[in-house]
Amino acid sequence: MAVKEFEKPELQEFTTIPKLVEEATSHLAPFKSKEEFQQSLGYPGELVDNWEDVALDKMGDLLKRYRSLRVYMDSCIQCGACTDKCHYYLGTKDPNNMPVGRQNLMRGVYRKHFTLPGKFFPKLVGAVDLTKEVLDDWYSYYHQCSQCRRCAVFCPIGIDTAEISMAAREIMDSVGVGQKYCNEIIGKVNKIGNNLGLPEPALADTLEGLEEDVLDDTEVDVKFPLDVKDSDVLLVTPSADFFAEPHVDGLMGYAKVFHQAGISWTLSSHASEAANFGMFIGSYDNMRKLALRIREAALELNVKRIVFGECGHAWRVAYSFLNTLAGPFDFLDPRYPVPQHICEVTHDLMNKNVLQFDKSANDDKVLTFHDSCNVARASNMGDIIGGQFTLPRDIIRATTNNFYDMEEETIREKTFCCGGGGGLLTDDLIELRMKGAQPRMEALKRVVEDHGVTHMAAICAICKSQFSKAFQYYGFELDQIISLHHLVGDALIMNKKEL
Amino acid sequence: MSFVTIFYGISFYVATLILFIGLSYRIYEYATIPAPLKIPTPPAPKTKQGVAVRLIREVVFFESLFNATKWTWLFGWLFHFALLLAAFRHLRYFTDPVWFWVSWEIVQAAGHYAGYVMVFGLLGLLGRRIFVDRVRYISNPSDYLMLILIILIAVSGLMMKWFHTDIYAVKQFFLGLMYFQWTELPSDFILLLHLSLVLLLMIIFPYSKLLHAPGLFFSPTRNQPDNARDQRHIADWAKKLESKR
Ligand code: SF4
Ligand code: SF4
Repeated sequence: MAVKEFEKPELQEFTTIPKLVEEATSHLAPFKSKEEFQQSLGYPGELVDNWEDVALDKMGDLLKRYRSLRVYMDSCIQCGACTDKCHYYLGTKDPNNMPVGRQNLMRGVYRKHFTLPGKFFPKLVGAVDLTKEVLDDWYSYYHQCSQCRRCAVFCPIGIDTAEISMAAREIMDSVGVGQKYCNEIIGKVNKIGNNLGLPEPALADTLEGLEEDVLDDTEVDVKFPLDVKDSDVLLVTPSADFFAEPHVDGLMGYAKVFHQAGISWTLSSHASEAANFGMFIGSYDNMRKLALRIREAALELNVKRIVFGECGHAWRVAYSFLNTLAGPFDFLDPRYPVPQHICEVTHDLMNKNVLQFDKSANDDKVLTFHDSCNVARASNMGDIIGGQFTLPRDIIRATTNNFYDMEEETIREKTFCCGGGGGLLTDDLIELRMKGAQPRMEALKRVVEDHGVTHMAAICAICKSQFSKAFQYYGFELDQIISLHHLVGDALIMNKKEL
Repeated sequence: MSFVTIFYGISFYVATLILFIGLSYRIYEYATIPAPLKIPTPPAPKTKQGVAVRLIREVVFFESLFNATKWTWLFGWLFHFALLLAAFRHLRYFTDPVWFWVSWEIVQAAGHYAGYVMVFGLLGLLGRRIFVDRVRYISNPSDYLMLILIILIAVSGLMMKWFHTDIYAVKQFFLGLMYFQWTELPSDFILLLHLSLVLLLMIIFPYSKLLHAPGLFFSPTRNQPDNARDQRHIADWAKKLESKR
């Protein structure tokens, strides 16, 4: 399956609601997972013979275990309020990418098999059998949802299409139809500890390299400790932070913060990954297994606090689920929330004047901030309502002189997904990713034109990778996307006396 | 006792049973299926009281819908609010003596004009379904029929203003049903049409998208306090996994 050429969308001044084009992206579907990766996660290797029965059983099971799924299947009034809220609909024009259109792919089957009107009057209520074509549509369109929950914010009932996409992926996995990108990655974490499949010696090497880089740069001997027992803080960060640009500058920023504040910290080779792709495939079991690695590492290293680096969905799992999945964390220092976001740590130190910044270090930049969907709509920071919006902005304002928000309709809880979340950050979905990025790119283009914005800061590994691609595609520069803690690291005034 | 009376009498009993048992069962289901993870959407309140305030704002003002689309909000909110006023007016058929506030002139008059507002709101919603391509795409026959059904209920109700019906007898009929002392139901066409459509609505309620009414209160994105770090929130089925730890 080669990735086809596609027409490049033109950026508009304002994002407009397109007329729908049926089947516009029905050809898009990610590569399927190979047998060995399916099996290592406890799923059948390929489509099982009686897949229809298995799928319906699984659906019945999920309907009994997830109130969200059950209530959302029943309660949609088909009012259409969500239809123009999904970046994938805005970018692709495909009506199955309208949140309710996406939901209806499952709702039709639900009505047919789990409700009386659907059994007796299928035509009337749009009930359909679960055929191979329907399964293919599921595979295609439930992998065109980044589970960003923008639709859920606007729906009068609060119907969250992400819950439905997750359930659909879990059902598909249970009949042997899994997605390559997500399932391979989960396999790697289970085996090695991180998404990149980076083993401990290589990780140690990389960190050493980073120490040298920072030393050259700042003349301060900032450490990047790995597996150091009895440290105060266990830092769990997306493995992209070890390698990828612009992520790695963020990691250097965290290290500088810890160094300057005198907080002893360590990374763990066992839990060298903050990302938890178990969420993307809707699998409680897999998500829990990955989350437990962090608990194990915290116990093993005898730390007092757990802090997460910049990663959107990882922070969702950490903030909203970790306590449930892998708690209770009564063995940690009760004075700190478990877990903490690196922005919370920095913000707190900043307020206590432990950190001092020289804003002029960032005077070559004019900043805007991208609210990552999972941070914005599925988590919190600082235990104040809306803290996930204010803390990062406070930090940016403290470390730079020039900051402009993008248009109100495209930030905070209404933020547009980068287009690569939810397990879609794979080259086989590049068309979807680029089209899905369009609304965000349009909002960015406006602040670039109106305020001369030069850089967009983000606190999500997926956003950063996705934007590196999308920026080039839409005519921005690759390095205009930066880590928030890159700004922090550059502006932080460091004590050099230790040398 | 006329056939009409017997037929409608029995139908109202059956429909009431279906409505209450069906709805209670749905609510029981929604209440007992666990929500295994914390998934509130922002701005998420931190406390139960905060959640109550949030739900009240959603129910009274349709806040999320307001933020989403002003037209749908306008038509939808007008319809629901008018429905409430019309329901108040109708209470006089089921209470004896009539509750004091129900008999207030203003409640009765508001209930009457609400009928027109309902029709206006519903026609607006129907218009959106027909003319907005995205809404047309997601509409099933049942979605149109539901709107038409409620429009007909409202219109037939309003028409009774002009085609005179013995309202007093209607009231006696319903009180009779409630206290098991049946009296004759007038067999005027418009009245019977109005009642038949209401019966239909009662019967399909627990099997249709009208479940959005209880659904909203059980929607985890709206009814959960955002306190995941302070409190473990673990479902019974998930607890079973813990023994394997
Ligand atoms: S906004 Fe909610 S209720 Fe309305 S169509 Fe979308 S999912 Fe259904
Ligand atoms: S969760 Fe996000 S990607 Fe999925 S349907 Fe809703 S708006 Fe679209």
